[in-house]
Amino acid sequence: MATEILMPALSPTMEEGTLAKWMVKEGDTVSSGDIIAEIETDKATMEFEAVDEGIMGKILIAEGTEGVKVNTAIAILVEEGEDADATPTKASAPVPQDKAQSSEDSPAADMKHPTPAQPKSDATPDWPEGTKMRTATVREALNEAMAEEMTRDETVFLMGEEVAEYQGAYKISQGLLDKFGSKRVIDTPITEHGFTGIAVGAAFGGLRPIVEFMTFNFAMQAIDHIINSAAKTLYMSGGQMGAPMVFRGANGAAARVGAQHSQDYAAWYMQVPGLKVVMPYSAADAKGLLKTAIRDPNPVIFLENEILYGRSFEMPDVDDFTIPFGKAKIERSGDDVTIVSFGIGMQYALAAAEKLAKDGINAEVINLRTLRPVDLPTVLESVRKTNRCVTVEEGWPQGSVGSWLASEIMQQAFDYLDAPVITCTGKDVPMPYAANLEKLALVTTDEVIEAVKKVTYR
Amino acid sequence: MATKKSTSKAKPNVSAEELLGHYREMLMIRRFEEKAGQLYGMGLIGGFCHLYIGQEAVVVGLEAAAKDGDKRVTSYRDHGHMLACGMDPKGVMAELTGREGGYSAGKGGSMHMFSAEKHFYGGHGIVAAQVPIGAGLACSDKYKGNDNVTFAYFGDGAANQGQVYETYNMAELWDLPVVFVIENNQYAMGTSMQRSTKSPSLWERGAAYGIEGEAVDGMDVLKVKEAGEKAVAHCRAGKGPYILEVNTYRYRGHSMSDPAKYRTREEVQKMREERDPIEAIRQMLLTGKHASEDDLKAIDKDIKAIVNESAEFAKDSPEPALEELWTDIYATELPQEA
Repeated sequence: MATEILMPALSPTMEEGTLAKWMVKEGDTVSSGDIIAEIETDKATMEFEAVDEGIMGKILIAEGTEGVKVNTAIAILVEEGEDADATPTKASAPVPQDKAQSSEDSPAADMKHPTPAQPKSDATPDWPEGTKMRTATVREALNEAMAEEMTRDETVFLMGEEVAEYQGAYKISQGLLDKFGSKRVIDTPITEHGFTGIAVGAAFGGLRPIVEFMTFNFAMQAIDHIINSAAKTLYMSGGQMGAPMVFRGANGAAARVGAQHSQDYAAWYMQVPGLKVVMPYSAADAKGLLKTAIRDPNPVIFLENEILYGRSFEMPDVDDFTIPFGKAKIERSGDDVTIVSFGIGMQYALAAAEKLAKDGINAEVINLRTLRPVDLPTVLESVRKTNRCVTVEEGWPQGSVGSWLASEIMQQAFDYLDAPVITCTGKDVPMPYAANLEKLALVTTDEVIEAVKKVTYR
Repeated sequence: MATKKSTSKAKPNVSAEELLGHYREMLMIRRFEEKAGQLYGMGLIGGFCHLYIGQEAVVVGLEAAAKDGDKRVTSYRDHGHMLACGMDPKGVMAELTGREGGYSAGKGGSMHMFSAEKHFYGGHGIVAAQVPIGAGLACSDKYKGNDNVTFAYFGDGAANQGQVYETYNMAELWDLPVVFVIENNQYAMGTSMQRSTKSPSLWERGAAYGIEGEAVDGMDVLKVKEAGEKAVAHCRAGKGPYILEVNTYRYRGHSMSDPAKYRTREEVQKMREERDPIEAIRQMLLTGKHASEDDLKAIDKDIKAIVNESAEFAKDSPEPALEELWTDIYATELPQEA
């Protein structure tokens, strides 16, 4: 049975090539694996091996021919005693290239992410009015959240540097070793890349790790596992397996710790599909969201802040308090301008709102809490009411969370805007050590006030 | 303490049935890979495609030492591992062609396939990322208190990544039941081992972390199996990790687009002619009169039919529905059981 030998594709991008040299001539016997030709691709000269056995019946494309399209018949292989002019069978007719490409051109490929539309924001409070309250620090809230979830689910465990015997570099895991033992509260060597990969593997294996990074700056050593191994596996496996786990730790600037210990990663992680990203502000946020994060079947980035750890807030005194992801909190309502922030940015937003109120400007302050999923409906609804928006964060300006919010607001509420959105961010510099320069590098309450005055034309 | 290179001369105890099984499994991988290369040439498989031809004895030998419940994870040169652990050739081939019937519904491709059912955890495209992941899988079994073992396969190229040694350190520290399998095929893409390290061997590096190990002839499936059984027994006994440096050879280029100018054609030819793992078993079967030429021909024919069937399935399976673009980004419930 005669078989056509087709011009092969020898690289991911090859569409045509040069048939540089025939290594066999008509009448030669070839067997599988023999080099039959040299083909020049866009990258290199490649040896082309025979796949089938037979006799070179006829060479159809002479050597030296340039621009031979992939899948063109270049020779005919026959069996012994067979006529070289016999009609060849299409060895295995390839699917026409244009078939494979046609779907890319179809309009359906442009379709938007079919997440259920959330036309309305959800303004239900985190706890009903009249709930008994108590005071707690963010540190205590995080500690309680982990302890409660570890009690609830045997597969939850904590690993990281100094989390066990040292009781946590920032004392977030204080007491957990005593409560849960060394099997579930694991001190790691200083080896972020390695232990993060191990934690991802443990999650693939059915456990629910909480990985504490002493600070998120060190997670850059491990970011390959966070993104390539944890965030993408559910998709790459067609939904067969994923990494239900939490990556948590201090993020952003602390105080006077210099450029390598002061970066805010909110915008970085917020960009990655497959991750959920949380940045709590208050103790209630911290507890309710960390409990939700530990229960979530996806990898969650949980960005804490060292300065907020010791801060006290009122927190509901109830059993099993959780806050759903994707639900922003209106911390203060107002009609004149919308200030959107998250995490430690909230302290500037709230302080600015306080001062502005004295000048007769009533700001609505939105605490996003989760950046992925992000509660855009609440932001848009507020902007449609106030017609003005200022965003506040400590991270860098280029590609900031605020830039993305501004773009969404422009696309979805352009006609409602009475002024351009102003994004208040940290300055476009590595963090300096000197006290005065550090203060200058971070966003300030005054800058937020100035921005609000600008968008309200005061 | 690291042990010395195995010098055991004792003939491994193997039945004719097992030998035939190894022959069949290795041949299946080879024919499957040849077909994949062919489909790549026809434009049916795109992107990167790394073939396992020449290395078949490694994964077939080690799978022969595994039991139900054991886990495996490897790099992007993963087709052989998937076939050897019992994944369906049709599903693998259809993933190579990017079709709905593929293991990842066409969304993973050659480098990213998984099977929760067969405990195959990928298919990783970042060199050496699978090493700590493998240790983590072993960690999950130790945590649950069973005696399962994980095989973490990586190449001589990956062996120079820092995360391998971070993992060695923790795997030994925590006595994780993981077999680190270094598939040393002599070339990290185009860089020979001699050009990338002055270490005379790779397994001996484990000694720095207190991990035992040995070098194994990776062209001899029986030797690989024997070493695998030893490694697995070590892990199951709770003695922590074990390293096997399995010396093997890849006949084809690093990927389909590799012109392979870093080695001579003669070098490849010599390995094929003198050390081919499939030919060796074939001769053993014939000279030992465990199988006749006709028996082997029947196996060849059977495998050819399975491979052709997988290719037909991979061509006929439709491309994924456009809605698939948006699925499997987030799980709503635990994607795999604890």
